[in-house]
Amino acid sequence: MKMLSFAGRNAKEILRDPLTSFFALGFPLALLWLLSAIQANVPVELFAVGRLAPGIAVFGLSFLTLFSATLLSKDRESAFLARLRTAPLTAADFIAGYLLPALPMALGQSALCFAAAVPLGLPVQPNLLLALVLQLPAAFLFLSLGLLCGSLLSVKQVGGVCGALLTNLAAWLSGIWFDLDLVGGWFRGAAEALPFFHAVELQRAAVAGQFARIPAHLFWVLGYGAALFALAVLAFRRRMR
Amino acid sequence: MEAIRTEKLTKRFKDVTAVDGLDLAVGEGELFALLGVNGAGKTTLIRMLCGLTRPTSGDAFLLGRSVVREPKAARAVLGVSPQETAVAPNLTARENLELLCGVHGFSRAAGRARAAEISQRLGLGEVERRRAGKLSGGWQRRLSIAMALVGAPKILFLDEPTLGLDVVARAALWDVIRALKGSVTVILTTHYLEEAEALADRVGVMKAGRLAALGTPEALKAQTGAERFEDAFVRLVREGC
Repeated sequence: MKMLSFAGRNAKEILRDPLTSFFALGFPLALLWLLSAIQANVPVELFAVGRLAPGIAVFGLSFLTLFSATLLSKDRESAFLARLRTAPLTAADFIAGYLLPALPMALGQSALCFAAAVPLGLPVQPNLLLALVLQLPAAFLFLSLGLLCGSLLSVKQVGGVCGALLTNLAAWLSGIWFDLDLVGGWFRGAAEALPFFHAVELQRAAVAGQFARIPAHLFWVLGYGAALFALAVLAFRRRMR
Repeated sequence: MEAIRTEKLTKRFKDVTAVDGLDLAVGEGELFALLGVNGAGKTTLIRMLCGLTRPTSGDAFLLGRSVVREPKAARAVLGVSPQETAVAPNLTARENLELLCGVHGFSRAAGRARAAEISQRLGLGEVERRRAGKLSGGWQRRLSIAMALVGAPKILFLDEPTLGLDVVARAALWDVIRALKGSVTVILTTHYLEEAEALADRVGVMKAGRLAALGTPEALKAQTGAERFEDAFVRLVREGC
């Protein structure tokens, strides 16, 4: 009950911020429609909706990282967290309270992205449900990163690191907008060493029904997610001392 | 009975001693003002008493509960209204109160009843449906005190409760604080000397981490030979007389 009260507050804080609707829903959907419109007018396959929609679903998660990190950082700076630390909440309550509310938001965001892609040519099929389920590990990864950044950085720094750096990393090093083989070399190697590429390929494999490709990408996403979560918990607990 | 007792309470940050072997006793139901220039150690002392900072050595007891050995039990008897208003900006005033009820373990129904009771007691009725972040500074500080009272604390820490308020809002908040006298032990930190003189039963003046003077405002004026409390404070801090 105590944790759920805190989680409910965090959900309201995020959902009632108008920037949430714009960046978490409006911006990814606008990108989806814009790039699909470009695809309709060029003779080569640049932005096939079956590859674009899963990529944008993952890209949208980077905004949830920004929102959750900003919320935690603001709570630290405004002493709201200090107030709550005098209440009977445990460290686990705090961590779950920051992470849990964003998971359904991530699912809702991805579901809307896929729903918007259907009129653009994405086939309605059971694999979309699998893709949504497999979005949970990716959401866990992005939200753990948010918890880590929110524990370590000021609100201003969160804006720079999560708002600019992360969204760009997630955009360029994930293969959402272009085939990484077009650049190749170290660029592709760097992308494959980071989790964003694997989160996108996980979604693409699920949507395409290429189940044999799922475990390898899932391993990367879960591995990074677990490592980032462990770091975030350490950083959070250190801050709470 | 003593509400607060500190025994050689000390906090060192690397080569700086913020609080230096402090011995202090505050009686139950007393309104105690803690004064001092910036860097005197007031905030560190309050943070240690609230369990937000661990003492380097020594101990403090809140109604007999050690903040070092029984931090949970000590936290159970205190409420905090931090210097920053520390409200959830996108929640309404009423939702802020219900959130604090939730994290203190009230059931939903009991939380609603308690929030309504506190809202009425603190005169928040006219603003309780408005978002906390949109309230004026005076209302936010009143809400902050109301949130600190949700858990029915025996000891209430008010850190600069009227900072930045206009005269009218400050007078209104003084009435709120006066109404608490007797039923709750209040530790008030403030830079407004007239506030300490008007509200406090006793005043402690901190200087360089130690208690430079302790007594009623009248006694401190008599001790320093000053007619005005402000002059007494200045002499105590400058000359230590």
